[in-house]
Amino acid sequence: MAKDNVVVIGGGPCGIEVSRNLRDMGYTPILLEQQPELGGHLRKWDRLFPEGVEARKVLKELTSDLKGVKWFTEVNIESIQKSRKGYTVNVDTGMSFETKALVLTTGFKLFPAENKQEYGYNIYERVITNADLEQFFKTKKDSRIQNPKTIGFVHCVGSRDEKACNRQCSKVCCATAVKQASEIKELFPDATVYCFYMDLRLFGRSYEDMYLNAQRKYGVRFIRGRVSEVSEDIDGKLYVKAEDTLLGKPMKIKMDLLVLMTGILPGDSTRPFAEMLKVPTGEDGFFTPKDTILEPCVTKESGLFVAGACTGPKTIPETISEARATAIQVHKYLS
Amino acid sequence: MIDFGYSLSKSRTLRIDNLDDSRFKALHKLEPDAYKCIGCGSCTASCSAGVFTELSLRKILLSMQRGDEKEYLNQLQSCMLCGKCMLVCPRGINTRHLILSICKICSIEK
Repeated sequence: MAKDNVVVIGGGPCGIEVSRNLRDMGYTPILLEQQPELGGHLRKWDRLFPEGVEARKVLKELTSDLKGVKWFTEVNIESIQKSRKGYTVNVDTGMSFETKALVLTTGFKLFPAENKQEYGYNIYERVITNADLEQFFKTKKDSRIQNPKTIGFVHCVGSRDEKACNRQCSKVCCATAVKQASEIKELFPDATVYCFYMDLRLFGRSYEDMYLNAQRKYGVRFIRGRVSEVSEDIDGKLYVKAEDTLLGKPMKIKMDLLVLMTGILPGDSTRPFAEMLKVPTGEDGFFTPKDTILEPCVTKESGLFVAGACTGPKTIPETISEARATAIQVHKYLS
Repeated sequence: MIDFGYSLSKSRTLRIDNLDDSRFKALHKLEPDAYKCIGCGSCTASCSAGVFTELSLRKILLSMQRGDEKEYLNQLQSCMLCGKCMLVCPRGINTRHLILSICKICSIEK
């Protein structure tokens, strides 16, 4: 007997994994993605911490077996109606889908680095973001990266910053910075690499080894102090100001490349969906589940589920586990 | 020089890009774990000499990384090489060897 449809909105790693698991349990998942391809931010990443597994391989694995999943790309949700039976999802291509359970996996977006004007992104040539650097690692092409001798990483760009309207820690950027600092040192062994941090928050298994390796193997210099401003000289070199708070002295460094570790914000569609479907959001803008400890994927609205980075910053393995957990919650709801 | 009745203060800002960290590099050769310090301050907190003097191994090591060790090196005169710092270091740095290496590089008698 054919089981029900389940509509999943957002085709990143979470949406894909929810759909695959629902398919395995006999449901017909309908996966809707706004972008031309499935995969979300994972498509833009080169390698994943802590072991440096290739993002491409993870994505290939996730998308290798989508038989039985009805997926659509380049679709925008026009409206969603709730009835006693469930939800009707209408999309801009004219299609509409009936579903008893609706899963939101709408993900996150990176903080727009240009909003922190004092760091000079899009103003100074040699200021780039963590996403730009990942792109460079993938393609080895970026006109801004020309054999740099001094490279800086700025942690917490748009995170833990009330002036940037985001008080939250983005959780994954410290590990990413340590990973990227080691990777860039591997590409440019003569370079001196600095990381400017407020607190180092590397929490996961073997992340400490990654940090230790960055220090011992790659000689990355960690400076406890937040970059206050960046300026450019006539040759296009950057002047970076910070305080070395452990030494208690102001410092100034001339740099060839500065990488801004942009934080994680709720995706642009989070707010419209929150309003449309009456899902509460926190002050940080992420969806708030029914119970953050015991029911992290369930909302107060019956038949409505949330999973992945739309409920807060997450690593890929956390997202995958949550996706599988959500599939089980959906199954319990429908049976 | 004409005395105008005022003077200019010397900038306190460390210029990290033209720093001379040759002593730190020499130290790193003798004691590769010099890079492992996370600046937790356990060594300073447990230091018997640090209770009575300015001695702070954390500060000495950090200032060497920044090529700014001159004003801190004198502190090592108070170290008695008791090794308590070695017992508490969470990164397992052989701080005793580290201190002796610093003394060797910077010609401090111990």
